[in-house]
Amino acid sequence: MFHIYCPYCEELREEEEFHPKGQAHIARPEEPDACNDEEWGDYLFFRDNPRGIHHEMWLHAVGCRKFFNITRNTVSYEILETYKMGEQPTITAEHLAREEKTAREEKTDSAQVAEGGQQTVGASDAAVASIKGAQA
Amino acid sequence: MSNSVHVYDARADHATVTAESPLAYSYQRSGMPAPGEASGEESCAVIGERAFLGHLILRGGAIVLDEALREVLGIGLPGRPNSLNVDAEGQRSVQWLSPDEWLLIVPGDETFGLETRLRAQLGGAHVAIVDVSAGQTLIELTGEAAHEVLMKSTVYDVDPHAFTVGKGVTTLFAKTSVILRRPDESRWELIVRRSFADYVYRWLLDAGEEYGIGVARESRHESQ
Repeated sequence: MFHIYCPYCEELREEEEFHPKGQAHIARPEEPDACNDEEWGDYLFFRDNPRGIHHEMWLHAVGCRKFFNITRNTVSYEILETYKMGEQPTITAEHLAREEKTAREEKTDSAQVAEGGQQTVGASDAAVASIKGAQA
Repeated sequence: MSNSVHVYDARADHATVTAESPLAYSYQRSGMPAPGEASGEESCAVIGERAFLGHLILRGGAIVLDEALREVLGIGLPGRPNSLNVDAEGQRSVQWLSPDEWLLIVPGDETFGLETRLRAQLGGAHVAIVDVSAGQTLIELTGEAAHEVLMKSTVYDVDPHAFTVGKGVTTLFAKTSVILRRPDESRWELIVRRSFADYVYRWLLDAGEEYGIGVARESRHESQ
C-alpha cells in the first residue's frame, strides 16, 4: 500500500483513493492538421515505458478529484515526488544521472587519495582498467 | 449573467408530493433499532439522519466566493484544505471539498433564499452554484464508540486526536465514498449520496452492532 501525498489536499492519503492515469507531460501538437499519421499516432497511442524514473498523472478520485503528477521509480515503486498540474518535476532521470555521475567522480577521487595500491571497491570502471593495465 | 440562470425553489410549499428522505425505505426494510435495544446495555454509538437540509455546491474562485458568503451568510470559506467552518448556532456550515469547490449546508427552508441572494451578490462573477440537496443526505454519528465504528469502515485516520474538530474530508467508507466531518467534540457527520444511503445505513447498523448501535428517532422527523 502506498501513502500518496496529494498536493491539493496537502496530506498523505491511502492509495485506494487514487487512480493512475498514465504518462504525464504529453503535449498536444500545436497544429493537429499539420501532423502526419505517424506523429498523430505517436501522440495518441504511444507511451514511454521506462525502467526507472517515470512521470505520471494520477487522480485523487475519492477526495478532491483533481489530477496531479507523480514522479515514480518503476523499478523500486518508490514515489519520489508529487506536484500540481502545470508544474515541472524537480526530480528527473537526467537530474538523477547527473547526481550519480558527480557522486561517482567524488568517490573515485577519494579512493585514489586513500590508497595507492589495488583499489577496486568504489573505483570507477576506467580507474579499474587503468590499475589493471599498470599491473600487466 | 445571473439573469440567464434558471433558478427554482425545489422545496416549493405548493408541492403536493410528500418528500421522503433517502433513508425512508431503509427504515422500513432494515428497521430502526433503538439505541441499546439489541444488547440490553447502554448504547455507545447512535446514528441519526438530518434529512431535508439544503446542500449547495459552490465552485469558483475562493476570494470572490468568500466575500459574497461573508456578506450574505456571515461565515467565510475555510481557507485550508480539508477544513470546515460552522456558524455560531451550528446550523450552517461550509466545507472545503477541493481547491475550487465548497459544500454549503443550511437548514432546508433557507436554501432557495440563500441561493438567490448569493447569486445577486456575486453578479456576473465566474462561479457555479448547484443545489444538490436531493442528491445526498447527512447522517450524524454520536456516542463514545463513534470513532471505533468509523475505524472499522474507513481507511482515513479517524483517531480523535488526529481527526480534530473542524476537519472534514472526502474519503472511502466501506465500498463507497462519503464526506466525513467533525463539527464538534461529540459529533461526526457523514454526507452520503442518495443512491448509497441504504448501503451506508445498513453497513453502520452492522458495524455498530457490537457497540449497541441504535437510531435516534427525533432527528429524522424534520418534515418539509
